[in-house]
Amino acid sequence: MAVIDELILFMLAASALWTVMTRSLLRSAIGLALTSVMLAILMFRLNNPFAAVFELSVCAGLISALFFCIITITEPMTPEKVREEGGARFERFRYLPVIVLIVGIVLRILTVKIDVKLPALEEIVDVRHFLWGHRQLDLIGQIIILLCGVFGIVILLKEIRKKGG
Amino acid sequence: MHLIWIFCVYVIILFVIGIYCILATLNLVRMLIGIEVLMKAVTLLIIVAGYASGRTSLSQSLVITLIVAETVLIAVAMGIVLSIYRHTKSLETGSLTRSKG
Repeated sequence: MAVIDELILFMLAASALWTVMTRSLLRSAIGLALTSVMLAILMFRLNNPFAAVFELSVCAGLISALFFCIITITEPMTPEKVREEGGARFERFRYLPVIVLIVGIVLRILTVKIDVKLPALEEIVDVRHFLWGHRQLDLIGQIIILLCGVFGIVILLKEIRKKGG
Repeated sequence: MHLIWIFCVYVIILFVIGIYCILATLNLVRMLIGIEVLMKAVTLLIIVAGYASGRTSLSQSLVITLIVAETVLIAVAMGIVLSIYRHTKSLETGSLTRSKG
């Protein structure tokens, strides 16, 4: 494992911590996008380029845009209110960095040697052939999930329109 | 130190951050962000498992499926959050206790 991998892992954890700890929701959404970018870089380094492209375009792009939209629509708190509420938020989140630090140190000291023997499977390098040839059920599942999502959003929008009109 | 274990440490750390966020926050959007952080931990675990066992094509196909499910989950959850906001004019979880049912 190269030093750069551990550096990326550390930045991944740090950006996730910043995402959760920061006061502003907009900064949280930016932090989430940064976490996705770090994960995508790690995926590229671990020979998963297709998954990395998906992570970068969908998670860092689309989901972040969705978060920005919802934050804008729901009228976030004014800076004064954020400052007022900041104390209470700090009270709730002050233990998190300590817990993360303790968990990290304990787990780094407790080195567990994971040596799992998995059943042999013929390795197909190209993910496109693997997905279309061996995992068709996954594709059917994806289509069903997408249809469920579309159906759910259509019902929600219909309800909102009914209440509005 | 064993290579997979270093990745597992960070997976557990991400998991702790996500769970703590969901438990400690009172804001619905921030709760969704906590779920996203949990999803990142699961994605990293799948990627590391695929890399360690040499089956990157399987791990990639699983991650693609996970990303599709994640996107739909977030889109529907945001619709629900928006609906709650239109009803209660608040994003606080406390406002949900006043709902019917």
